[in-house]
Amino acid sequence: MKLKFAGLLVGAFVFLFPFYYMLIGSLQAEPDPSVGGAFPAPGNLTLHNYGEINKAIHLGRSLINSGIFTGGVILGTLVFGVLAGYALARLQFRGRGLVFNLMLLIQVVPFQLLTIPLYVLIVRSYGLADSYLGMILPFMINSTAVFVFRQYFLQLPAELFDAARIDGASELSILWRVAVPLVRPALLTGVLLTFIGPWNEFLWPFLITKQQDLQPLAVSLSNYLTTVSARAANPFGAVLAGACVLAAPAVTLFIIFQRRFISTNISSGVKG
Amino acid sequence: MRRGPLTRVLGEHPVGTAFVTPYVVFLAAVFAYPLGFAVYMSFHDYFFAAPGAIVDRPFVGFDNYVTVLTDPAIRRAFGNVLIFLVINVPLTVVLSLGLANALNAAIRWRTFFRVSYYVPYVTASVAVVGVWLFLFNSNGLVNSVLGPLAPDPSWLVNSRLAMPTVAIYVTWKQLGFFILLYLAALQNVSKDLYEAASMDGAGRWKSFLNVTVPGVRPATTLVVLVATVTGANLFTEPYLLTGGGGPDGASASPVLIMYQRGIEQGHPDVGSAIGVLLVIGVLLLALIERKFVGREED
Repeated sequence: MKLKFAGLLVGAFVFLFPFYYMLIGSLQAEPDPSVGGAFPAPGNLTLHNYGEINKAIHLGRSLINSGIFTGGVILGTLVFGVLAGYALARLQFRGRGLVFNLMLLIQVVPFQLLTIPLYVLIVRSYGLADSYLGMILPFMINSTAVFVFRQYFLQLPAELFDAARIDGASELSILWRVAVPLVRPALLTGVLLTFIGPWNEFLWPFLITKQQDLQPLAVSLSNYLTTVSARAANPFGAVLAGACVLAAPAVTLFIIFQRRFISTNISSGVKG
Repeated sequence: MRRGPLTRVLGEHPVGTAFVTPYVVFLAAVFAYPLGFAVYMSFHDYFFAAPGAIVDRPFVGFDNYVTVLTDPAIRRAFGNVLIFLVINVPLTVVLSLGLANALNAAIRWRTFFRVSYYVPYVTASVAVVGVWLFLFNSNGLVNSVLGPLAPDPSWLVNSRLAMPTVAIYVTWKQLGFFILLYLAALQNVSKDLYEAASMDGAGRWKSFLNVTVPGVRPATTLVVLVATVTGANLFTEPYLLTGGGGPDGASASPVLIMYQRGIEQGHPDVGSAIGVLLVIGVLLLALIERKFVGREED
C-alpha cells in the first residue's frame, strides 16, 4: 500500500508540476529557467505579464469570443440534443431505428476527414468565415451528448409517461415538465462535459477566424505564441499569463464539480 | 392501445419526427454531405474559386492520391504518426492501467489524485503547450536538471527527439481520461477471482497479470482504439510545440500537412485525399489492433 501511495504521489507531482510552473512563470518579472526559478522569490513576482498579454491580444474580447462560442455549442447541444435524446428514448415514430443507427455510425466518422470539406463549405460556399455561427455550426449538436441524454431518459419509469399522456399532456410539455426536471443533475454533467470541448477547441476556430477581434482565446494565444512572442521582452511570461487565463475557467469548473465527472458517465458516453 | 392505419405509417408518436428533425438536418449538413464532398474533391481537380464563379473541375481519377503517395513530405508525416502511435499507445495503456489500479485500492487522498491526473485533460492544449515549450527549451528547466545529459540539439528541435517528445506530451495530456476508463472497468472485475488467485498462492503481481489484465480487456480494446484515433487527429501539438512540424518535417502530422496543402497552399483536393487515406489507415490500424488486443473478447 505504501508503494502504491508513493507511486501515485510521484505521478501527481509529474501531472501538477507544469501547472504550478505555469502560474509561477506567469508571475515572474524575469524568466528564470534554472532549478532555482521553480521557487518563487517574492521580490520577482508581479502581475506585469498579465498586462503585457492583455495589451497584445485583448484578453477581455478573446474571453467573450470563447464564451459565445462555448455558450452557443452548449445551447445547441442542450436544446436539440435533449429533444432528439427524448424522442429516441421515449417516442415511437417512423424512422426512429434509422436515426439511432445513424447516430452510432456518425461517432466513428473522424472529424479530421471533414476538416477540408467543412472549411470549403462553410467559408467558401456559405460565407460564414469570421462569424460566430461558422465557428459554432460544426459542433452545434454533439452526438455523444444525444446518446448520453437518451440513456438518462431511458432510465425513467414508463408509468410516469403513460400517466402524463392519459392526462392529455402534449409531448413537449411532458418533456419540459416531467422528464427534464427528473434528469436535471445528469444534464448538468452533460453541460460540463460539453463545455470542455469548445472552450479548448483550437483547429476549427483557428481555420475560420482571421479577424483578431473574433478569435477565441485559444486561437489568439496560439497566434501570439507563433508570431509575436519572439519580439516581446519576456515572451514566456506573457504566454504563461495567457495560458493561466485560458486554463482557469475549465480547471475551476472541473474542481468544483469534480464529483460529476464520474467515470461511468464518461465511459457510457464513449462506448457509443 | 388501438392502432389505426395512420399509426402504422407514422408510428405511435409522429411528433418524435419533429423532435429529431434538427438533429437529422445537422447530421446531413455537417457529416454526411461533407463526407461525400471530401471523397468527391479527392477525385477531382478541385481548387478555390470566387463564390458563384462557374469553373470546370474535371474528374482526375486517382491523380490526387498519386500526388499524396509520391510526396516524400506527406509520406514522412504518415511515418511520423506511426512513430507517435508506437510510443503513445503502449505507454498510455501501461501507465493508465497501472495508475488506475493503484487508485482503485483504498488509499488516502484519492480525490486529490484523481483530480491531479485529470486536470491536464480538461485544460486546453494551447495553454499547456506554453509551459512545455518553457520546460523543454534548450535552456529550459528540464535541461538545467539534466545538465550534461541534456540532448543536443534540444528536445523539440532535434529531428530524432521531436516526435517522441510530442508523443510523451500527448500521453501526459490525455492520460487522465484513460485512467477514468480503466477505473470504471476495474469495478467490473469480480472480487472472487482475486480471492481465488490468492488461495492459489498468487502474489500481488501475479494476480494483477492473471486477473486484472484479462478482466479489463474490453476497456483495453477501447483505450487502444481511442488513443489511436486521437493520435491520428494530431494537429495542435506539432503545430505549436515544434513550430509547424519541424525540424524539417520531423514532427509533421498528416492533419498538419492536410491543413498546409489543403488550405494554406490552396489544394483542397490533395488535402481531401490525405484525409481519406488517413481514415483508411486508421480503420486498418483499428482492425489490426482489435485482432491483437481484443482477441479474447466475446
